[in-house]
Amino acid sequence: MSRLVITTPDKAQTAVEGLYRDLERRIVASQPGLCPVDLAASFLKLCRAQTCGKCVPCRVGLAQLDTLLEDVLEHRATLQTLALIEKTARVIVETADCAIGWEAAGMVLRGVRGFREDYVEHIVNGRCTCSLNQPVPCVSLCPAGVDIPGYIALVADGRNADAIRLIRKDNPFPASCGYVCEHPCEARCRRNMIDKSINIRGLKRYAADHAGEVPVPACAAPTGKKVAVVGAGPGGLSAAYYLSLMGHKVTVYEKQPLPGGMLRYGIPSYRLPRKKLQEDIDSILSAGVELKTGVDVGRGLPIADLTQQYDAVYIAIGAHSDKKLGIPGEESRGVVSAVEMLREIGNGRNPDFSGRNVAVIGGGNVAMDVARSAVRLGASRVGIVYRRRQQDMTALPEEIEGAIGEGCELLSLHAPSRIESDQEGNVCALWLKPQIIGKIDSAGRPSPRNADVGELSFPCDLVVVAIGQSIEYEPFAEFGVPVRRGAIQAKDSARVENVANLFAGGDCASGPATVIRAIAAGKVAAANIDNYLGFNHEITTDVEIPKPDFSNRPPCGRVNMTFRPAGERRNDFEPIEYGMTCEEATQEASRCLRCDHFGYGVFKGGRIAKW
Amino acid sequence: MVNILINGTAFQAQDDATILEAAAAAGVSIPTLCYLKGINEIGACRVCVVELEGTDRLVTACNNKVTPGMSIRTNSPRVREARRTNVELILSQHDCYCATCARSGNCSLQSMANDLGILDLPYRRELPYSPWNMSFPLIRDFSKCIKCMRCVQVCDRIQGMGIWDVANTGSRTTVDVSYNRRIEDSDCTLCGQCITHCPVGALRERDDTEKAFAALADPNTVTVVQIAPAVRAAWGESLGLPREKATVKRLVSALRQMGFNYIFDTTFSADLTIMEEGSEFLERLKTRGDNPLPMFTSCCPGWVRFVKSQYPELTRQLSTAKSPQQMFGAVAKSYYAQLLNLEPERICCISVMPCIAKKHEAALPCMNSAGTERDVDVVLTTREVDRMIRAEHIQAKDLPEEEFDTPLGAGSGAGVIFGATGGVMEAALRSAYYLTTGKNPDPDAFRKVRGMEGWKEARFDLNGTPLRVAVVSGLGNTRQLVESVLSGKVSYDFVEVMACPGGCSGGGGQPIHEGEEPAGERAKNLYGLDQHSKIRFSHENPAVLRMYSDYMEKPLSHKSHELLHTDHQLWDMPLSPALADRENKTPEKTEW
Repeated sequence: MSRLVITTPDKAQTAVEGLYRDLERRIVASQPGLCPVDLAASFLKLCRAQTCGKCVPCRVGLAQLDTLLEDVLEHRATLQTLALIEKTARVIVETADCAIGWEAAGMVLRGVRGFREDYVEHIVNGRCTCSLNQPVPCVSLCPAGVDIPGYIALVADGRNADAIRLIRKDNPFPASCGYVCEHPCEARCRRNMIDKSINIRGLKRYAADHAGEVPVPACAAPTGKKVAVVGAGPGGLSAAYYLSLMGHKVTVYEKQPLPGGMLRYGIPSYRLPRKKLQEDIDSILSAGVELKTGVDVGRGLPIADLTQQYDAVYIAIGAHSDKKLGIPGEESRGVVSAVEMLREIGNGRNPDFSGRNVAVIGGGNVAMDVARSAVRLGASRVGIVYRRRQQDMTALPEEIEGAIGEGCELLSLHAPSRIESDQEGNVCALWLKPQIIGKIDSAGRPSPRNADVGELSFPCDLVVVAIGQSIEYEPFAEFGVPVRRGAIQAKDSARVENVANLFAGGDCASGPATVIRAIAAGKVAAANIDNYLGFNHEITTDVEIPKPDFSNRPPCGRVNMTFRPAGERRNDFEPIEYGMTCEEATQEASRCLRCDHFGYGVFKGGRIAKW
Repeated sequence: MVNILINGTAFQAQDDATILEAAAAAGVSIPTLCYLKGINEIGACRVCVVELEGTDRLVTACNNKVTPGMSIRTNSPRVREARRTNVELILSQHDCYCATCARSGNCSLQSMANDLGILDLPYRRELPYSPWNMSFPLIRDFSKCIKCMRCVQVCDRIQGMGIWDVANTGSRTTVDVSYNRRIEDSDCTLCGQCITHCPVGALRERDDTEKAFAALADPNTVTVVQIAPAVRAAWGESLGLPREKATVKRLVSALRQMGFNYIFDTTFSADLTIMEEGSEFLERLKTRGDNPLPMFTSCCPGWVRFVKSQYPELTRQLSTAKSPQQMFGAVAKSYYAQLLNLEPERICCISVMPCIAKKHEAALPCMNSAGTERDVDVVLTTREVDRMIRAEHIQAKDLPEEEFDTPLGAGSGAGVIFGATGGVMEAALRSAYYLTTGKNPDPDAFRKVRGMEGWKEARFDLNGTPLRVAVVSGLGNTRQLVESVLSGKVSYDFVEVMACPGGCSGGGGQPIHEGEEPAGERAKNLYGLDQHSKIRFSHENPAVLRMYSDYMEKPLSHKSHELLHTDHQLWDMPLSPALADRENKTPEKTEW
């Protein structure tokens, strides 16, 4: 034996490392509706294998817990078993020598407390209340329930126009979503089990970019009913589109001079080209939707006028008001909100930031949007100030990377403490308190606190506050619409209590969320307004979906989106993202596992052909 | 046409054919287990897998279609290994105690395992267990279920009821009553279609043959048995009798050998039903202002359970006439007991029915017109009576044909066709015509309501009164019809409903044939019998007429109301989940 040797992983260890990665991906692809007790038992089996075997609670206790959980699952347990599970897990948490034991038992304990009723159901009735009724992960995670395997198959077949028609059955904003959707559909894509989720948003954008002009379907026979929609954002226009297809006469009222809502007044054109947004809006209006812009419902036009003149009213005003920082100096000249700044840009009045130093406060996507817009408006220095760490930011990682690439400076772990202004009242600096990251709160996010170092200043002449939006609910509250925690209270059917023909949804009811959730809310509202008006129109499509092929679907890298070079794109508001090429789109689409046909989808819920 | 290769030989397949269909057309048989054409094409058992050239994994033949140039191997070493392994895996969780299984000899899994020559299992046997209410007419055995999902699909897609659903998750996934209900608390109509579509013995009727044998063994009991119309078209199938041998007279002979004292025909009480229900309909037609139309037939207990659970508000539109089974029971324990000069308590009334729901109907507390607790004491399905014949080692094919006993053994051709969809309507129209005009129509004048179509409608002229009638079978079709009636899209005066597709000839208590829907064939048999009957009108059944003159007076008389009619509101039926939800309305969630 040599005194020291260089260790290299052996074949078994290498294989196990591969299996760890497989398991990680598999957990990512876990579909909703699984039995939590069964999962807890499975996790525990992994933990059992990890114990080093030195200490009693971990070596013996985890094994005994495993047996007890099996008893629960096999309907051999009593409620005393549950008490024993809880006690044993607690003792392991308290007495295990290292995290292998205490964290393993902690998971069991958190489960017993988090889904106790599932344990009880197994023990008492010998069955599980969970059921796997969402067989196609992407579709079930899309708030609007878009037929994703269907349109991916159509893209693979080169039938982009049919793909757009299929998407429009559930979402009338295929182009906009192709550019800016947050794609929750990709999160649990079953393809993760093999390699990586499908680039669903990229494929949707490809379809939208290559479909040409796709006419909307014919509207149902006129019903004679009139519906008013307040707000021409994605939610309001979606509701208007479907209601119009159902044969109702729809008028949309918009406060701003142009329609689009946050798609226009929140998202800069380098992410969503105005031409693309206009394509969606034009299609929606072509279904017979009447649009009245520049009308301030609530202030200019009384809400009562609408509820009296129309058979139903849908409120989809979004969240277009800003939130205040609450620090000294906030009233200084040169402190603006992100909403204000983006609204100006949306209306085509691009301010000139040449030579200006800009501090952006916030860590969300809106903060990135204003920072990157500031760069494009000529700012000489843009700093993004955020009190936690970069990884804690709520903005999408690619947005943060994009901002950094375009020259924005990230001042993470810095909390704004006050704004300093010169004698004229103009901002001259933002003062920051350095932070230290601390304990993880109950929501799983680490809390920052003031670090033991002094304040420092970020010299600037413009501060943009991007710490969230609020809802201008006041006129609606005065009208009698219930409001809670600053949001309009609507039921899950979009109905509003107190007023029979009033419906509400989207950001103004849920608080600031995503485009696709607003669209989904519009869809829900359209269906329920239709029923409220005494109809049951069905929205469907005659697009035939290609049958799945038998290709082997070997592991294959995911086609990611590519971007214009940062140095070039930072100078204009032109689109920054390149669309997929035909070769890329075909390859990416062929990676789809067609969960609508293979697996549970062929049995139940694989396709919702109409709603 | 598509050019394909099957096991190296070139064939042309239909464009839209599945691999399974293309292979079958080419004379190559691919075994299947869960597959049920048009109903269950989910590739769950993975027994029909084939090898495709150029494809790494095996694919199921049942739900994948041929493509040009496809080269299919149906018996390659990989296919053989996979098929056998998957059957072994199914067997590892299946109660293979075949000797005591109702489906032994008629079990797809048993024949599959036998065909594959599986003599030993490499896997440990792990039988799932879950308790079940063994007194319910429908029995499910979790240790025999192979999770093919056929019952779920038949109940959802054909019957539109959704009683069965996938339960539990992960490897403990099984099939159970939906919404975590117990079967007795569910709105199961007891149509029994899940039983006749189960490939194994996981679903069956409650076995009441021992009760029948016990009655036969009791010297103080007089056994009176009735044979339903549809039974005569099917009873010989599982005994291996050719159709011409499997006559009802040979069944009479078999039952007599078993020792039944009096063997009668439910067609007698079918004719009686026509007299009562037909007269009731003509009354309702006259008073249509007070009585909402359509009037619905009430002879199918699956349909009665359906209407009470799905559309309780329509219960009052059911004919108040009892079903033929219950009319027979009431007559047997009153009129006939009197004829025999017997205490009704001494009579054990047994019925042979193509139906599971009849077991429930006979047990309803209101079906007790003679004060003996129940008018019909034991209900046997066609399958059960076949089991009794086998248990007695009666060689049915060698028996002579024998006549029914009198007087309750006399039936008309109109009574016989009760066993097929449209038959009740046709029989009723034949007699309604006579009752209105005083003369007989051509017995085939109403043939428009015959046939296996799920929803048929016809218009007739009844002595100047236009009559709109509809005939529906299968509960999925029934729901469509009822919805259309309620929304005013259609309008009828009289509607016949049968819960089972094709009517009683396709009933849930009939012999089971894997992958076949024999209702149509059996119905043809019944219509043939009608065609050759001497009497083809219910109102000409001499035994019925005699009973009216001697005992019941006339249709809708006080006596007949007492014995032959019922109030469908007298018993409770669990509501459908949608209605139950509406009743205990929970407030809407306020979260998005």
